[in-house]
Amino acid sequence: MYYNFFKLLKESFHNNNGWNKTWSNPQIKKKYDVIIIGGGGHGLATAFYLAKEFNIKNIAVLEKKWIGGGNVGRNTTIIRSNYLLNQNEAFYEFSLKLWENLEKEINYNAMVSQRGVLNVFHSDAQRDSFIRRGNGMILNGADAELFDVNKIKSIYPFLDFENARFPIKGGLFQKRGGTVRHDAVAWGYAHAADRLGVDIIQNCEVTDFKFKSGSCIGLQTNQGYIEANKVGCAVAGSSSLLMSKANMTLPIESHVLQAFVSESLKPVIPGVITFGAGHFYISQSDKGGLVFGGDIDGYNSYAQRGGLATIEDVCEGGMALMPMIGKSRLLRMWGGIMDMSMDGSPIIDKTHINGLYLNAGWCYGGFKATPASGWCFAHLLAKGYSHKLSSNFRLDRFKNGYLIDEKGQGAQPNLH
Amino acid sequence: MIIEHPLLGPRDIHEFVYVGDASLLNRPKWDSEDAEQKFYEYMYLRKNSAGIHQELWFHQQGDRSWLVVSRNTLTHEIVKVDMVSNIVKEMNL
Repeated sequence: MYYNFFKLLKESFHNNNGWNKTWSNPQIKKKYDVIIIGGGGHGLATAFYLAKEFNIKNIAVLEKKWIGGGNVGRNTTIIRSNYLLNQNEAFYEFSLKLWENLEKEINYNAMVSQRGVLNVFHSDAQRDSFIRRGNGMILNGADAELFDVNKIKSIYPFLDFENARFPIKGGLFQKRGGTVRHDAVAWGYAHAADRLGVDIIQNCEVTDFKFKSGSCIGLQTNQGYIEANKVGCAVAGSSSLLMSKANMTLPIESHVLQAFVSESLKPVIPGVITFGAGHFYISQSDKGGLVFGGDIDGYNSYAQRGGLATIEDVCEGGMALMPMIGKSRLLRMWGGIMDMSMDGSPIIDKTHINGLYLNAGWCYGGFKATPASGWCFAHLLAKGYSHKLSSNFRLDRFKNGYLIDEKGQGAQPNLH
Repeated sequence: MIIEHPLLGPRDIHEFVYVGDASLLNRPKWDSEDAEQKFYEYMYLRKNSAGIHQELWFHQQGDRSWLVVSRNTLTHEIVKVDMVSNIVKEMNL
């Protein structure tokens, strides 16, 4: 099915009876050229770009539950490309460019809204580091502006500028950053991939890999055995569990990250704001809820829910940045499981097993990377070697020392 | 979560700092033949198991003891808490 204005017009006269399913529900074939494990944003994007850009036919996406039920539907929907290191920034800028053109490409309204991302800073030292980051962004073709306090006051008068401990001294602004309706990203990629003939198989859990003389030749699933020439794993959150079936141990810990939504309010926050002193980021959804989050809970977890201590911590961050938030009520919160890699950067690479490829370690920055991750992973799967923008996201970098440590904090699984 | 401290009784996790997998107690020998490989594994690789996970918690806001907590990563249920000092004696490090 193809969505367009005439179809909408026609259906509005026919009681909306003629809409087909957004994606079909095909029978599993016995064999595929490429199987993607994981029907989240990254897996579906990979399948879509494989079919569209790399001309691979006969692709399946296997999802153990329902598509978009994992982290692509659990994040705070922010897109941006404001990284310091070249290895990251060029990749995320490519991603932001793909976001800008996404809806046309997938024929789906994903509500991409470039409403601007503002990172406020609170000290001279932090200003200097933000300027450096802004320069890094500009050098990689992204946009970045330095805002002084007056400029911020004109957009966000409600921030706590005179806070005794963390006065706001200015901010780094990326105008092209913003938010995207996260569920629609999964549904849109599924819709577009399905139109290109990708089989999206839900409720299909991979229970084991099948190997033959050092190559991965198929998958055992709860819906039977499927042969595959190539297998791509994009199951961030559960990467360690899946890859342990191939006897691999990853440089990853799984942690829970919580996200929060307040009750619906009238429009009050036009863009995305992040707090520079604690860890807190907020935007307002089109439904009116304030969508915000903070740090991971900080202990290994596969439970998709977090603890009260972190909720308190996040809300304290919100109060320190914008005291007015205390008047709104928290409506709901939920948790998602993050692949926390040991340097805070992702992995898009081959494994030591022929035909088995890995996309993992997104920490809690995976959503904004969805299009570029899909593109680069598709490139790797189709051509057998890395796309130049993801060529640093190597699995062996932890062993040979080429870490991509954005904050220079050393090996610890709580970076992002 | 509440951690049942062997000496101090039930304590809120607010008082603790999480350090990670208890395998961090097994620091490789620096002068062994395969020290480079061993330290790579020690530093970066994690079993990251789903289910019972043995992990280090530091009682920073309390008596500053180190604990090995056995906790289910699927349910957050804590099944066992030991003092690191006792574990280390058993491990004969």
